[in-house]
Amino acid sequence: MKTTGKVTGIVSNLVTVQVDGPVAENELCYITLDGTPLLAEVIKVAGNKASVQVFESTRGLKNGDSVEFEGRMLEVSLGPGLLSSVYDGLQNNLATMDSVFLRRGEYTDPLDHSKDWEFTPLAKVGDKVEAADWLGEVKEGWLPHKIMVPFSFKGEYTVKSIVAAGPHKIDDTIAVLTGADGEDVNVTMVQRWPVKVAVKAYKEKPRPQKIMETGVRVIDTFNPIAEGGTGFIPGPFGCGKTVLQHAIAKQGEADVIVMAACGERANEVVEIFTEFPELVDPHTGRFLMERTTIICNTSNMPVAAREASVYTAMTICEYYRAMGLKCLLLADSTSRWAQALREMSNRMEELPGADAFPVDLSAIISNFYARAGMVVLNNGQTGAVTVIGTVSPAGGNLKEPVTESTKKAARCFYGLEQNRADQKRYPAVNPIDSYSKYLEYPEIIKYLDEHVEKGWVAKVQKAKNLIRKGREAYEQINILGDDGVPVSYHVNFWKSELLDFVFLQQDAFDSVDALCPIERQRYMLDLLDELCGISFDFEDFEKCREFFKELINDLRQMNYTEFHSKEFEAYSQKIAKMTEEYGS
Amino acid sequence: MAAKAYQRIYTRLEAITKATVSLKATGVSNDELAVVNGKLAQVVKTKGDLVTLQVFSGTEGIPTDSEVVFLGVPPTIKVSDQLSGRFFDAYGKPIDGGPEIEGKEVQIGGPSVNPYKRRQPSELIPTGIAGIDLNNTIVSGQKIPFFADPDQPYNQVMADVALRADVDKIILGGMGLSNDDYLFFRNAFESAGALDKIICFVNTTENPPVERLLVPDMALTAAEYFAVEKNEKVLVLLTDMTLYADALSIVSNRMDQIPSKDSMPGSLYSDLAKIYEKAVQLPTEGSITIIAVTTLNDGDITHAIPDNTGYITEGQLFLRADSDSGKVIIDPFRSLSRLKQRVQNIKTREDHSQVMNAGVRLYADAQNAKTKLENGFDLSDYDHRCLDYAKEYATRLLSIDVNISIDEMLDTAWELFGKYFSKAETGIKQSLIDKYWKGN
Repeated sequence: MKTTGKVTGIVSNLVTVQVDGPVAENELCYITLDGTPLLAEVIKVAGNKASVQVFESTRGLKNGDSVEFEGRMLEVSLGPGLLSSVYDGLQNNLATMDSVFLRRGEYTDPLDHSKDWEFTPLAKVGDKVEAADWLGEVKEGWLPHKIMVPFSFKGEYTVKSIVAAGPHKIDDTIAVLTGADGEDVNVTMVQRWPVKVAVKAYKEKPRPQKIMETGVRVIDTFNPIAEGGTGFIPGPFGCGKTVLQHAIAKQGEADVIVMAACGERANEVVEIFTEFPELVDPHTGRFLMERTTIICNTSNMPVAAREASVYTAMTICEYYRAMGLKCLLLADSTSRWAQALREMSNRMEELPGADAFPVDLSAIISNFYARAGMVVLNNGQTGAVTVIGTVSPAGGNLKEPVTESTKKAARCFYGLEQNRADQKRYPAVNPIDSYSKYLEYPEIIKYLDEHVEKGWVAKVQKAKNLIRKGREAYEQINILGDDGVPVSYHVNFWKSELLDFVFLQQDAFDSVDALCPIERQRYMLDLLDELCGISFDFEDFEKCREFFKELINDLRQMNYTEFHSKEFEAYSQKIAKMTEEYGS
Repeated sequence: MAAKAYQRIYTRLEAITKATVSLKATGVSNDELAVVNGKLAQVVKTKGDLVTLQVFSGTEGIPTDSEVVFLGVPPTIKVSDQLSGRFFDAYGKPIDGGPEIEGKEVQIGGPSVNPYKRRQPSELIPTGIAGIDLNNTIVSGQKIPFFADPDQPYNQVMADVALRADVDKIILGGMGLSNDDYLFFRNAFESAGALDKIICFVNTTENPPVERLLVPDMALTAAEYFAVEKNEKVLVLLTDMTLYADALSIVSNRMDQIPSKDSMPGSLYSDLAKIYEKAVQLPTEGSITIIAVTTLNDGDITHAIPDNTGYITEGQLFLRADSDSGKVIIDPFRSLSRLKQRVQNIKTREDHSQVMNAGVRLYADAQNAKTKLENGFDLSDYDHRCLDYAKEYATRLLSIDVNISIDEMLDTAWELFGKYFSKAETGIKQSLIDKYWKGN
């Protein structure tokens, strides 16, 4: 018997329902408005009154309208076909909707039920299996998509039968499992999982062991993010958040990318699904769209579904992680998600925390980031979910609740700076305030020693320090004037400019410079380290400025040429000559 | 919107605030309209049998024994080709003395376009103003506001832009327009002979502030009719969105909602996004472009209204008075068009983006020279040339009174580069220098 109810109050998308039976927190219900079912989620219960947030416009809804509870939480369908799809926050397939306008109450199936997938069994009859163990696989694009024992299965099962290799549809039974109680259960290629519950069907979650390359120098070298790590990018509007995120989405070293466009501009999503199908993944040579799923809940779509969108994206990542794949979740922007929480909290007349955000904001954000991580699967293989969120701080002020809460949860901080953006120094990541906690991890230090260069982290710290010293010199020059300080101040300032222009800045729109592999980053940092190690001797500050301006120009040209190409080497030789002249 | 015979009439109000009234009623649907003591109102909240209505024209003079009639429908507008050339109030009633519109009745504030059905905006909208066309090119389907202090001539610039833009319809949504500015728009449109492609929804300062909340939805619903059903290119002008947001805060305050930053409602971002995201390039030729005005308080873009706007819109055009040239200019540093890459060098000449960047960079050097001058440091020859360049650049290109083609803008920029700088100082790619350099 389903619990039913009647609407008794409406404020925008918050609806109060009088219920006639048991309801659960986060349980779904459908409210019927003139025959159209509107999906809603329970967010508070008091006595026999449930407050539900409606995932659609509530225009026209009346007190007394009937409500039917579903006995389940918000779930997603997990199976082959998720990649290259464009979903809304509730996993409705946007591509299969006919009309130009979104219709209220139109729910479309996320997966194609009629498509044949070439199934290959991996388990044998008699095998003992448990949740998330691999039963077989199909090829989704070029990725081996594992068909697993559903995450919701508890305890050990025995494989009673499994189908032979051949084409199957997602709803076909591909295996029969016998539980400890002797009951048989059929397993298909699709399973469902509640989005707000973390998938924990793995053996353990160790500390991250390696870095995830993005091809962006200021990230990979200066503030690397670990595979299975967490990071966030706060920045005022117009500082290049979107460009940086898209660069990471294009170049990130991951098997699967899930982009959650959470309360952002529709035209930015259009850009992704217009361009990605034609762009090539630099790691595999396949089209980017083949490894990408877009969860699109733009700013004008219902606000409650915006909150769901980041969880939907996370669950899809966790699903692919259980296949032993490396996943990257890009959530843009988590501030809009937090604002969705604020809108609901406000309508429920809860006592507000800072800036009218709900008091548990910090806990909600850290719970979300905690779902990231590298895991060891039951079969000993590893998979990872790396999360990078953007934050849009009100007024560009980083002392606001969403930024502060995220800072506690995420381990890498890529602060975008208005000042750098104004000077067109892109990516506008502040080189001094930004950090990666992973540079302190012994595992990561060891990894970098082995895979990049012995003593790499020390070299990076040295470069960071040069930037700091340059900033100090700059302030002194500004106060005392060009002539008022020793030439060595100018040298320090220009060394930091050298690092800034050549290494930190990167042209995301240039076909060569946009993607800088770690070997090239190593080469460039070594070169810059060498150049900055020279104790220059200039007559005056004008000479110093001239010399460095030319040096910077040549090194930037180098960034635009193919690594180790003829032109590249020519610049390299020219630079060596120049430095001989002034160096001592 | 007269009451129908079978409708129940309520005659007792439980509570009255400056913007809302509450009463006990049943069978009321969310968002529906009602008439309270002859004034139009809309349902904003129901709790048990207590219904709260927002009264658009304010609650002055409304007694507790007012007659309340529910109309059963949310706000609607009748759309047809008859809208062209007409002026309406915030409710969609003609204010030009003309007849009522006949046409299809549609609810305002309707559903969003499926993002998957959108096309990438790619059509240039030339305005003749170099601060826009050269440095911040706008594209059909884009949404972009002017950020301006109240003393800037933003309405004049907007009228110029609208009349020069090659579009099929111009729809003006005026919120809190002064009567003078309303008449200015009317005259500007009339004297340009463009009345047949203009539609205006106007709330002036003489009208109650809460009425303004209807204006953007009215304008955009009309825009959707022409863009979707007639495949037209529609330009929607919204001025002033700051006054719209102020009206939102009045209503949320009267409903005892907890304010967030700058006493704005917590839903400000969603409220503004719902309007701006109506800008769209449809899969057909139809498009809606939104140019808005957000007035600032002393150039402060960190205030909640411009701040939220900046996160929603695709850039902003920042107006300011320039003391060197004595002109109002479009500030090249603080302005941005996020979609300019979609058309520059593609729909415009190959040298566009390089000339734009060089022009702005040299202008930035001039600002540094100016700071040096103010701090009493000596200026170099380069500094002096930069300052001279800046003055001419501001006068001939950044100023809002410029009206030339994009090729002329590019030629003017090359002329200035040749006059004040060496080829190397511009940092422009050699192949373009070879082709376009003017001077020695």
